[in-house]
Amino acid sequence: MKNIKHLALGLVMALGLATGAQASTGGIAWDKAPGKTTDMASLQNGAKIFVNYCLNCHSAAFMRYNRLTDIGLTEKQIKDNLLFTTEKVGETMKAAIDPKQAKEWFGANPPDLTVIARSRAGAGGTGADYLYTYMRTFYRDDAKATGWNNLAFPNVAMPHVLWQLQGERKPVFEEKEEHGHAVKTFKGWEQLSAGTMTPLQYDQTVGDLVNYLQWMGEPAQNTRVRVGVWVLLFLGLFTFLTWRLNAAYWKDIK
Amino acid sequence: MAEFKEISPNASAGAKLTNWFENRFPTAFYEYKKHMSEYYAPKNFNFWYVFGALAMLVLVIQIVTGIFLVMHYKPDAALAFGSVEYIMRDVPWGWLIRYMHSTGASAFFVVVYLHMFRGLMYGSYRKPRELVWLFGCAIFLALMAEAFMGYLLPWGQMSYWGAQVIVNLFSAIPFIGPDLALLIRGDFVVGDATLNRFFSFHVIAVPLVLLGLVVAHLLALHDVGSNNPDGIEIKDNKGPDGIPLDGIPFHPYYTVHDIFMVSVFLMVFSAIIFFAPEVGGYFLEYNNFIPADPFQTPLHIAPVWYFTPFYSMLRAVTSEMMYALIACVLGGALLGVLKGKMSTLFKGIILAGAVVVVAMMLSIDAKFWGVVAMGGGVVILFFLPWLDNSPVKSIRYRPDWHKYMLAVFVIDFLVLGYLGMLPPSDIGGRVSQLGTLFYFGFFLLMPWWSTLGASKPVPDRVTFAAH
Repeated sequence: MKNIKHLALGLVMALGLATGAQASTGGIAWDKAPGKTTDMASLQNGAKIFVNYCLNCHSAAFMRYNRLTDIGLTEKQIKDNLLFTTEKVGETMKAAIDPKQAKEWFGANPPDLTVIARSRAGAGGTGADYLYTYMRTFYRDDAKATGWNNLAFPNVAMPHVLWQLQGERKPVFEEKEEHGHAVKTFKGWEQLSAGTMTPLQYDQTVGDLVNYLQWMGEPAQNTRVRVGVWVLLFLGLFTFLTWRLNAAYWKDIK
Repeated sequence: MAEFKEISPNASAGAKLTNWFENRFPTAFYEYKKHMSEYYAPKNFNFWYVFGALAMLVLVIQIVTGIFLVMHYKPDAALAFGSVEYIMRDVPWGWLIRYMHSTGASAFFVVVYLHMFRGLMYGSYRKPRELVWLFGCAIFLALMAEAFMGYLLPWGQMSYWGAQVIVNLFSAIPFIGPDLALLIRGDFVVGDATLNRFFSFHVIAVPLVLLGLVVAHLLALHDVGSNNPDGIEIKDNKGPDGIPLDGIPFHPYYTVHDIFMVSVFLMVFSAIIFFAPEVGGYFLEYNNFIPADPFQTPLHIAPVWYFTPFYSMLRAVTSEMMYALIACVLGGALLGVLKGKMSTLFKGIILAGAVVVVAMMLSIDAKFWGVVAMGGGVVILFFLPWLDNSPVKSIRYRPDWHKYMLAVFVIDFLVLGYLGMLPPSDIGGRVSQLGTLFYFGFFLLMPWWSTLGASKPVPDRVTFAAH
């Protein structure tokens, strides 16, 4: 028995070590995204930014424009304000850029963004957390062809599309000795030039955009949760009835 | 052929209708009695006996949701990923059907693993239920094939690279391996041809096999009768009417019982579908929301959770581990020769066999033996009825330390499963090597350890307290 306990303890410890050994891939720790996919004003603002900035290079090939009616827009509003790359609201969101050109310009095809928020989740947090961090950690790096680099995605091919809003920045690192190695830790930002938004406004704007991306990854998610509550309420009642039915039959069995 | 029964003209319309059918299709009535209203199951079933019925429920859920998914899914490398998103977005309630199917896949393995654990606990595989167990193991194998091929269909990165890794394993088989892998893929890499054949197998071939095996599993069970937590035969104590004293009709007693447990299960199932369909990346892997890209290998390829214990065994077999395995083979053969009561000729055959196996182990790459370990981990289950020599069936009347043995086995399986999800690491590798040795040791040494210790007296009648 004692041996078994030791063995079990050893296994548990090994598990702990193994988890610790699973270090996250490059990039800084992710900030928490606001993640309010029921906030219609935020989603609408996010959709506006998405269509104006992201759709220039990225597509959302599985997302139809008229699905935006789910976040409180009318088809007329969509047609008048958001249709740049197509004529029909029933169409999916295509990129303005030709993918071949994109490959030439950036060295990589800009990925489709329909389910980007779902695919980027990981040990560090949700996909929204990642995107929220990513869109807020671009910095000037003259060593790069685009002139931009990113803390959450080092050496990313994408330039800082929202730089006019955020302004240009540079990260400040602190060098420290740790286990005999010089370790660079991120300390904060140095603003090189001002953007049109204050840092708070910029964070909110990116929050709205990420919110939209998260919603677009699964437009049915709010319906899903709403239906789920009713399903569980029904099943709760059904479970009670079947429990009593079972008891009524089984009282005969001695 | 049953006699044609005349019914009084004054009988009710319902009775007349029943009589009309009974005269024309007596089999239905006979089978209903045999399998439902006059199938006598032990009255002392506990919580663990619900997972067979739940597995059946999940099978039905998978078939029905699968039928609807196929109406919109496109088995084409260029269209597959998009068609799944189309189902998730544009097909009315498509998201629900898809989540039911994806959650159902994991739920299937949850209930089947618990169902198998029940069998292990109460000795349900022992005489006369060996065939029930064999059909069950075959179902498990078919289920793994079904899940593996189904996982390719969404055509995401994990679908693609998971299939690539697993199919490549077949190429480790000496001589026929590369051609076999080519035959499975239908191409030199996983591609459109692979997707099409996996689709065909997933929606037609394997489900047919699965259904046939389920029927065989149930028919064989109903012929020999169900085991129970006490591991005693209720047929040994029959009343004057020939009905086991501890048996109760399956319908209505176990049908109402199962309906209750089904509703409890559906609560858990629905909670996952509606509130956490990805289950933190375990049921739907995050990487699978990226379309398959043959030119970009993901950093870390992990199978879905239900395969990971066996995947750990595969990874555990390194060239270093081979020495431990060779020592085990030689040790086992020597022990058999020294302790076994058999003719000198037979002993010679064992020794010669061991030498041949060791020679093969030294000459063939460890990767192949890893594949053997992974497959062996499943195949060894088939032999369980002939490995267990304990005088009693149920864990209730076995020596206490058998319980701990079983508990360690379960922990071992879970640890292997956990490690199989992680990227390889030194310490994880060592633990999974130990875990693999224990897993196989548990089965291969069972003929010996299951006889050790004093078992407790087994009662004549089942233990049952009225509810």
